[in-house]
Amino acid sequence: MPDDPKASAARSPAPAAPAAGEGVTRRGFFSWIGVAWISFSGAMGVASVSTLRFFFPNVLFEPPQTFNAGFPEEYIPGQVDNRFKESFGVFMVRDDSSIYAIKAVCTHLGCTPNWLEAEFKFKCPCHGSGFYITGINFEGPAPRPLERYRIVLADDGQIVVDKTKIYREEKGEWKDPEAFIAA
Amino acid sequence: MQWFKSAVDWLCNPPILFTLIFIVFFLAYLWKKLTWLWTPRACVVIFLAGGLFVAYGLTDPNFRAIVTKPDNVPIVGMLFLTGFFSWLSMYLGTRNDARIGKNLPPEEKLESEIKILVWPDLVYTEFLCMILWSVLLIIWSIYLKAPIEEPANPAKTPNPSKAPWYFLGLQEMLVYYDPWIAGVLLPGLIIVGLMALPYIDPNKKGNGYYTFAERKWEILTFQFGYLVLWVMMIITGTFFRGPNQNFFGPFERWDVHKVVPLSNINLSEVFWVKMLNLGLPGNWLVREGLGIILVLAYFTVIPMFLGRTLFKRFFEKMGMVRFQILMFLLLCMVSLPIKMYLRWLFNMHYVVAIPEYFFNI
Repeated sequence: MPDDPKASAARSPAPAAPAAGEGVTRRGFFSWIGVAWISFSGAMGVASVSTLRFFFPNVLFEPPQTFNAGFPEEYIPGQVDNRFKESFGVFMVRDDSSIYAIKAVCTHLGCTPNWLEAEFKFKCPCHGSGFYITGINFEGPAPRPLERYRIVLADDGQIVVDKTKIYREEKGEWKDPEAFIAA
Repeated sequence: MQWFKSAVDWLCNPPILFTLIFIVFFLAYLWKKLTWLWTPRACVVIFLAGGLFVAYGLTDPNFRAIVTKPDNVPIVGMLFLTGFFSWLSMYLGTRNDARIGKNLPPEEKLESEIKILVWPDLVYTEFLCMILWSVLLIIWSIYLKAPIEEPANPAKTPNPSKAPWYFLGLQEMLVYYDPWIAGVLLPGLIIVGLMALPYIDPNKKGNGYYTFAERKWEILTFQFGYLVLWVMMIITGTFFRGPNQNFFGPFERWDVHKVVPLSNINLSEVFWVKMLNLGLPGNWLVREGLGIILVLAYFTVIPMFLGRTLFKRFFEKMGMVRFQILMFLLLCMVSLPIKMYLRWLFNMHYVVAIPEYFFNI
């Protein structure tokens, strides 16, 4: 049986078989691989770019960064005004000589502090940081004072709060003329 | 019974509570006269006392409100479990120690020579456990409500705002430390340190059997970190932290308007303003110089000192590198109670405070 001529012919490769790959040379093979790699990298590149594009949405459904906060007369000296806390995340504060806009984000880990009227301080419910009416930290773990937003008077005498610019006390920025309104 | 409630509230004030816990912890483990704690009779007595205390506490509306809060019920159960297993390990350990003292092999050695059948002995036990746990979980899910609350609103943070119970130890740490240290560095060091344990401590004794006498120092260190610094912090965060993260005793009403006069002060202010009567220097390196030196000294001088005195034996056995790693991890762990006491007793805010670069210790 092992000497069966038909079986041995079937086992040995027929010389005419690789007709389909006849034109493939080493050089040709590598140029095809090159094309494949280039198109693969291109596709991956486009995919990555379009993924990155996702991080910049076409429309942002968030309140405008700049808003009108009414006339300075609407604010009572020595009081913290909560009316823009929910909509814009801003405490409006008027003291004896100025009006300023405090960013309602705790400088410890970013919770929203509450204004406690009776204790006359801001108090964060997450880790107990406390701030004076000026925003200066005095208790709990918060390492620095609350931040303030840019605040200016428009031509019609109304207050405009601009949330794109932030003033930090520890950098000495609260003395900036746009960090408060003299009132 | 009002005096009892006031006494408990007073004892649960953290500086007092933690001091007491430190003392009780070390006495229970180290004082020879207290070894009766590790007998079954003492266990029963302690558990009965704990159960009675909770039962009595439930008659008080404020205590009941905290303990029967659906989130907290399992924690109360878990406290008893933690206590029981801490006791059990010491009970088995001291029994083995007595046997080893008489040159007998530990009990586990005898046990490992007994052969029992998987079926029915093991499978039967597992089956029973499964049924009991299923019953418990079903009852738990029916009776302890976990309702969905109103949609989250960034402008309205619940007061007090608490992490899930297993993170309350971390949240407690965050009260005393900068977020970078309490939220990233220390938790990372806990994990890395636990992973490094087998390399730091190559002592083969206690391998596969309970013992206390042969591993006193290791067990004490671990139980200190676990029971006192982790479990106690979870208890504090769960039961003693009320509105505005103020401390409340278990029988105290959670008053949103409780005023606790606190005014934190940085070390730099104490040094430059209070002691030297100068203003704060403008340059942060000069301003925080003292704090930086103190922190560096804490991590360098103390290991050198201890390596020559108290821990001389460890130093000689372990070698320089291992000893330094051990001391670093140990000092990081001990820094937490140090920082807590500094805050409670001296209102210390930060030892090194460089808000310009978001770096505070």
